[in-house]
Amino acid sequence: MATGIKDKVAILGMGCARFGERWDVGTEELLAEAFDEALKDAGIERGQIDAAWFGSALDSVNVGNSAIPASIALRLDGIPVSRVENMCATGTETLRGAAYAVASGAVDIALAVGVEKLKDTGYGGLPIPYKGTLNDLWLPQVSAPAGFAQLAGGYRAKHGINRDDLKGAMAHVSWKSHQNGTLSPKAHLRKEVSIETILNAPMIAEPLGLFDCCGVSDGAAAAIVTTPEIARALGKRDLVTIKAIQLSISSGIESTMASWDGSFVRNTRTAATRAYHEAGITDPRKQLSMMEVHDCFSITELVTMEDLFVAGEGRAVHDVLDGFFDRDGGVPCQIDGGLKCFGHPVAASGLRMAYECYNQLLGRAGARQIASPSLALTHNLGGVPYQGIAAISVFGLHG
Amino acid sequence: MSFGITRYGAYVPRLRLQRAAIAAANAWMAPGLKSQGKGTRAFCNWDEDAITMAVEAARDCLPGSARAEVRGVWLASTTLPYADYQNGAVVAAALGLSPALSTLDLAGSQRAGISGLSQALAGGHEGTLLIGSERPKAKPASTQELGYGAGAAAFLLGRENIVARFLGHAASTSQFADHLRDSDSDYDYFWEERWVREEGYAKLIPQVVQSALGNARLGIADIAHFILPSPFRGAAEAIAKRIGFAGIVADNLGDWCGHAGSAHGLLMLADALERATPGEKILLIGFGQGVDVLILEVTEEVLARRPSGGIDAAKSSGILTDSYMRMLSFYGEVKPDWGMRGEKNEKASLSAQNRVADRLAGFVAGTCRACGTVQFPRLAYCVNPACVAPAAQFDDHPLTEESAAVLTYTADWLSYYPAPPLYVGFAQFDSGARLMMEMVDVGPEGLEVGVRLSMVFRIKERDRQRGYNRYFWKATPVAS
Repeated sequence: MATGIKDKVAILGMGCARFGERWDVGTEELLAEAFDEALKDAGIERGQIDAAWFGSALDSVNVGNSAIPASIALRLDGIPVSRVENMCATGTETLRGAAYAVASGAVDIALAVGVEKLKDTGYGGLPIPYKGTLNDLWLPQVSAPAGFAQLAGGYRAKHGINRDDLKGAMAHVSWKSHQNGTLSPKAHLRKEVSIETILNAPMIAEPLGLFDCCGVSDGAAAAIVTTPEIARALGKRDLVTIKAIQLSISSGIESTMASWDGSFVRNTRTAATRAYHEAGITDPRKQLSMMEVHDCFSITELVTMEDLFVAGEGRAVHDVLDGFFDRDGGVPCQIDGGLKCFGHPVAASGLRMAYECYNQLLGRAGARQIASPSLALTHNLGGVPYQGIAAISVFGLHG
Repeated sequence: MSFGITRYGAYVPRLRLQRAAIAAANAWMAPGLKSQGKGTRAFCNWDEDAITMAVEAARDCLPGSARAEVRGVWLASTTLPYADYQNGAVVAAALGLSPALSTLDLAGSQRAGISGLSQALAGGHEGTLLIGSERPKAKPASTQELGYGAGAAAFLLGRENIVARFLGHAASTSQFADHLRDSDSDYDYFWEERWVREEGYAKLIPQVVQSALGNARLGIADIAHFILPSPFRGAAEAIAKRIGFAGIVADNLGDWCGHAGSAHGLLMLADALERATPGEKILLIGFGQGVDVLILEVTEEVLARRPSGGIDAAKSSGILTDSYMRMLSFYGEVKPDWGMRGEKNEKASLSAQNRVADRLAGFVAGTCRACGTVQFPRLAYCVNPACVAPAAQFDDHPLTEESAAVLTYTADWLSYYPAPPLYVGFAQFDSGARLMMEMVDVGPEGLEVGVRLSMVFRIKERDRQRGYNRYFWKATPVAS
């Protein structure tokens, strides 16, 4: 019987590049920025890394296929380096690979690193993904906001909420993250934005306006993981361990069968159920100290509150407006500003979320520090709500 | 034995432009256009062409049960997208017709539609689906730009349940060049209208009318409906008078549609059939490097076999716009800055497409015999997680004529799309099938969850580098 990876893997060190329009650096330098910080935090030399998982999602604007570019950029001579790609879950996938390698006993110390250089395309927003030869023949080519905007109509119809009330709650989601982002030195967007500005922004994909959409940035983040025993042997006292990492991928049910009603993300619910089981969480609303979720769009974060079982069914609008997810609320969400303020360099985001959890748990979050957190959750959504990937990690203090 | 038209149908693009908008925009250099700035003209959405309109007209003509009667598809047009790749084959596939039939593209003159109908009727080609379809182009600020429209009409020919019986025909040939378009040009080149009326229509048409009437053993007094498709206002009335016709000169659909080239006479015929009473005779003239004259007699069946839509529905389902720029852009006359997102490569894999060509063209989902789930696309296993039966257990389930409703939607302003915003969302079919679809011809009222949808055959992507269009089905709000 599988026992999961709870407390089998500790974070030895983490690093996160400054996110933003990094006209000054290329992919290699972004990788190095996150890697250097992680090495220093871990207190090891690169030669002590036994294996690495490298994530990049959009190779058309990044470094190309395979792990070779990362191995060369970081001079990881001769060790196994794997490149993983799983859309917006890529960063969490790198951590899963490294954590599983450590938990299995195959290696002592493993590196997870993700990077994306989105600002070398010449335009805002994400590059157009390739859908495959068959899908190309029938599936509409929609933008990311158009894919996620589908949730709005479905949610309104199911819960009988009018357009303005939903839009108001969505605006609060973005307003709260922009407030938080002002306290994040590594965030891309660090200005407050008023509710009025959010509500009156140009439409991107109905009902998502400009400020309902996350930023688009360059960025990289890295984690070095090992066993709790080795971490202690290397002199670490306070340890953050991985409590759970779970993924759920669509098999076509939502997009092909009549059962899904368009109001929620099935994969998030499946992955959350498994992650809570792995981590031993029974009441997430009470037990979670904080969350870093995939707020690619405001509607996504709102629906995610229910999909993670932190808000009751149909209650997210009220919880959001009550400030339950604000920095001083019951379960603070996006304390670092989230994708909204960091932007979403695809393969880096999952690790960037873990970086915030890690620092909060260790009490190193500076001006953003919340009081005595014990359990922190990250959540990524790849693809689109009806055909995608959910990745959930839970981190906590060891022992 | 009697032979004739057994079914008919028509399609006119729903987009309608106020002619006054064209006249006003061009008043700086052609103030005279103002006199023609009345009514509307139909124009194709960016994803409509002679193939897609032909499919829609044929669907209007053929209920699903009648498709097995089709033995051949004759497609007449001077604006077919392909010069060498049979356009009618795409139409046949979209209609889900049996591959055991002949297809034939007819072109070379705006007379092609009526010539094709005459030939098929005179030859007794039973089971022929004759379609005329046209998307004419015109230079900005030209008379043609105001006068032209677009549309398609379809007719099924046979011996039983005849709606309009073939009585006779006649033809002539002539080098007369009222207008012409060379192979490499988008635009017609016209000689003076007065010369066309006097030396063309007046001298060439009457003698062929007389021959056709003679062949049918009829006199002009026996004819109730006179159809002469012409882009010139009043031309038909003048010829009717010249040959002593005193009945109904058919409406040229000029007020709302505009001249649709090789499809136009056929559209007027469809219109006349909607209005005609049993026993009335129709005289139909095609003009262009000669003349075709065709005489038909309307039967009692005309009352029972109305098309599901027809001309009346086409007229009333228009979506009105005063955006001249929109039409110019759809017809390639202006090239707006679409930004870098418009730079994408639309190359299709022909070999990949060939594997699924009939299922895509016919929008064929699979019904799992094990669990009953209807699914599109059909992949190797049933999508139902409690079933996952192999696809060998699927039955064909075409979705083209099935009703659906909006489950989710958005208006996407970010994606490159030639007619922004891109309306896209889940279409939930009554059978339980669902898929993400483009939603087109959405009026100013927009969309809402629950809005009823019907399916339309459209261009999915245009590959301008290689000149190859990919076609697929899209959803459109049911016209109220």
